[in-house]
Amino acid sequence: MIQLIINGQPQRFPLPDQARPPKSDQHDAMLNITQLLAHMALQGKRIAIERNGEIVPRSKYDEQVLTDGDKLEIVVAVGGG
Amino acid sequence: MDNFIIAGKTYSSRLLVGTGKYRDFAETRAAVDASGAEIITVAIRRTNLGQNPGEPNLLDVLPPSQYTLLPNTAGCYTVDDAVRTLRLARELLDGHSLVKLEVLGDPKTLYPNVVETLKAAEILIKEGFQVMVYTSDDPIAAKQLEEIGCIAIMPLASLIGSGMGILNPWNLQIIIENATVPVIVDAGVGTASDAAIAMELGCDGVLMNTAIAAAQNPVLMASAMKKAVEAGREAYLAGRMAKKLYSASPSSPVSGTIASSKGKAS
Repeated sequence: MIQLIINGQPQRFPLPDQARPPKSDQHDAMLNITQLLAHMALQGKRIAIERNGEIVPRSKYDEQVLTDGDKLEIVVAVGGG
Repeated sequence: MDNFIIAGKTYSSRLLVGTGKYRDFAETRAAVDASGAEIITVAIRRTNLGQNPGEPNLLDVLPPSQYTLLPNTAGCYTVDDAVRTLRLARELLDGHSLVKLEVLGDPKTLYPNVVETLKAAEILIKEGFQVMVYTSDDPIAAKQLEEIGCIAIMPLASLIGSGMGILNPWNLQIIIENATVPVIVDAGVGTASDAAIAMELGCDGVLMNTAIAAAQNPVLMASAMKKAVEAGREAYLAGRMAKKLYSASPSSPVSGTIASSKGKAS
């Protein structure tokens, strides 16, 4: 499991490879942002993400591997004046 | 042509509207359409975790391909929050750099904190944002915001959501006179005559949300505001007659009346 702080709330997510027994200690299971969004049913939604204070461009969702304790902000556009 | 240009783009409507406080997205869309506004503000908020996946998104109702979306920093009380919010907005809107900056000073009055607003504007401008800035009706602050590179100055007419109308037309007039960028009254308009007065003063545009959304019939009020902004603009361009206590020159000919008296009761 990995713990992330998403929009100020601590949340735990299973790592994708955890179901299978690890082949070696070096091969840690990893969760990237694309996989996280799939978990949260947010894939393909109009959102923007900040990770530990830095914007994560949409094109980088696959390569950004999350670390335990990462702070994410996931935002949408809402009505406002 | 009486062009209204913001960040190099020409608009035909000088009314900018917000999208908050509506009953639902259908009403939001109907009011926006009735207002004729081409620039509309949106807020940036944390997504509801575990939200209903089928939940409609504001951007589906008001697609960025049809409108110029102006993401705001409503609810931000610090430079950091405002800057981070707009960085997220730029990512959300595919690199769109036109934004509405507001840094509030007080949750009770929503009065802007101009000192922090200046700091945030400086950072954003350095990062390539085109900043339309909400500020007080202080002419010096307005000029400073222009000098650091804000592309539109948006002073309040009265407090956000108050509907109190134009409380200090004299300050607005000084701001307009001093400005070389568009001046847009943002906040305080309550009804159509307020919008017309703002435009008659020479404002380049009016931005409003509550005046429309909190009307008994928002769609009808949106239509009224469209006309008021157009009427006020035309009156400004036409140049009003001078005010005088009375006129010795009636509109109808003075000779040829059948009356025998000269205005004296006999």
